[in-house]
Amino acid sequence: MTEEEIVIYSDSFDTLMQLQHALDSFRSGSWLNTSTSGGGAFPPLNVFSKNDDLVIVAEAPGLKKEELEIQVKGRTIQIAGTKSIAYGDRVSLHRRERTIGRFSRSLDLPVEIDADKVRAEYRDGMLAIFLHRAEHDKPRSIKIA
Amino acid sequence: MAGQELEVQKKKELASQQEKTTPARFYVPLTDIFETGDALKIVMEVPGVPKDGVDVKIENDVLSMEARIETTNYNGLEPVYTEYPVGHFARSFTLPEQVDQHNITALLEDGVLTLTLNKRPETKPRRIAIQSP
Repeated sequence: MTEEEIVIYSDSFDTLMQLQHALDSFRSGSWLNTSTSGGGAFPPLNVFSKNDDLVIVAEAPGLKKEELEIQVKGRTIQIAGTKSIAYGDRVSLHRRERTIGRFSRSLDLPVEIDADKVRAEYRDGMLAIFLHRAEHDKPRSIKIA
Repeated sequence: MAGQELEVQKKKELASQQEKTTPARFYVPLTDIFETGDALKIVMEVPGVPKDGVDVKIENDVLSMEARIETTNYNGLEPVYTEYPVGHFARSFTLPEQVDQHNITALLEDGVLTLTLNKRPETKPRRIAIQSP
């Protein structure tokens, strides 16, 4: 079956399918310069654009808001914190897949951002950082006289 | 343990889609299972899942968990860089005999789902008193 023959009936499934396809096609993107701490550091990030603005989304379940530290300096954003798990006393572990520890990663954005307008949200174990592109860095369209 | 560096674990796609009728991909949540005196606890990482996205059911001694992420947040967003795939979560567990299947509670907090499977009273550890002769 080719791509064109597939009919999708539901909107919500459609959104996720489109998102999964879109993310797949970007799997090895080099848009972001993550050399400071290397790709593959915690937390894993996806970056999206919306008009001129950027949204950094990270999967970071089980953190406390107070344990997250976000710093912006110029084009560099740093995300740091500690993830810990309290198993309680007198337990026997049968399986352990979740990991804990410190993390800190910084990324250099290819655009200039307005540091005063950076907003971050932590909800349902997801961190979202909303960045506004600096006014003077936005592309301008030139009218032809 | 406190000084250790946190590493990223690659998301594992759900291998068998037996009961999934949706075309989107599912992933297997990272899970801790541990036992206390009265209960068995299953703790799963399901980032991006709201409270009403979790569905837990038990059939033939198998507990199946499905957690659906909120996708509306992604409307109008174009990916420009990506390090992890996005999808719903699902995982099943065969319940041991000592679990009381009618006494299971679920708690979702910061993308972490904790299922407390209480043990049947008769299977809880008991202290045996030693009788004097």
